[in-house]
Amino acid sequence: MTISTPAERAGSAASSLGAILAAALLGAALIFAAGLAQSETLHDAAHDVRHATGFPCH
Amino acid sequence: MFKRLISSALLAGAAAGLIAALLQFVFVQPVLLHAELYETGELAHFVPTDHGEASGSGHDHGAAAPAAEASGSPAHAAHPGIDFARDGLSVLFSLVVYAGYGLLLTAAMALAASRGATITARQGLIWGVAGFAAVQLAPAFGLSPELPGMSAADVVQRQIWWLGTVAATAVGLWLIAFGKNWAFWGLAVALILAPQLIGAPHPDEFFGPTPPELAAQFAGRALGVGLAAWAFLGLAAGWLWSREPETALEPQAA
Repeated sequence: MTISTPAERAGSAASSLGAILAAALLGAALIFAAGLAQSETLHDAAHDVRHATGFPCH
Repeated sequence: MFKRLISSALLAGAAAGLIAALLQFVFVQPVLLHAELYETGELAHFVPTDHGEASGSGHDHGAAAPAAEASGSPAHAAHPGIDFARDGLSVLFSLVVYAGYGLLLTAAMALAASRGATITARQGLIWGVAGFAAVQLAPAFGLSPELPGMSAADVVQRQIWWLGTVAATAVGLWLIAFGKNWAFWGLAVALILAPQLIGAPHPDEFFGPTPPELAAQFAGRALGVGLAAWAFLGLAAGWLWSREPETALEPQAA
């Protein structure tokens, strides 16, 4: 078991927060592309899933 | 940390997306395809086509019984076959949507864990149901899952309301779970109620050609499939998270 100094813990917490934020942003981008983007190609391809998943579709 | 987060989230999301796609094909897609027959005009609801005239245009002569007989709609459409291109895209986008949900859910779990919460598979199940409430149930309270052909307000306005409702409900549920006193819980209730009291954008007139019976069935089934997929998503994400070692205590050099 490594004993971490307060500075190391702070650095780890900051990197955790960065990772959490990055994962959340990536997730939001996927949801936007699949569920909300109004590009016609994306809309047509995702049409059935948008309806079945309760996104406002068209 | 990032790699671990992403791998748990994507694995749980992909599995939930596959389950959602499978359930969608069995329970939701037949209703959707049936509705499309009305949307395209192949079937017509309450139009006695045999008589060559629209309902309500001069049926004065005691036409109630025959008109009702002529204008009923078939409750069962012929079972649609599999359209590989269309259904393949549905599987793909179901995976993408639930991968996105998996990332958001796992990020929220990681945030809670970094603040001292314990995440297990059982806890994950509750997270999943809460996620369903935020992302599907709360928006559906104002905007029911839309059957093709339903009349609706402007799509951008509905999307804005949808996003606002999801965000407010998610924050509200977080405050209920982790709030320490009544001030937090009061704020939570206000956040969850606000978008519903403001109200979702609705059209000025209803003119959808699809039978209400189909729309009701579609909404119920879409929500049921969503609950099943989200419950699994939370369970899987919680389980995968709890199997990983505590990264918060790992030295940075590793």
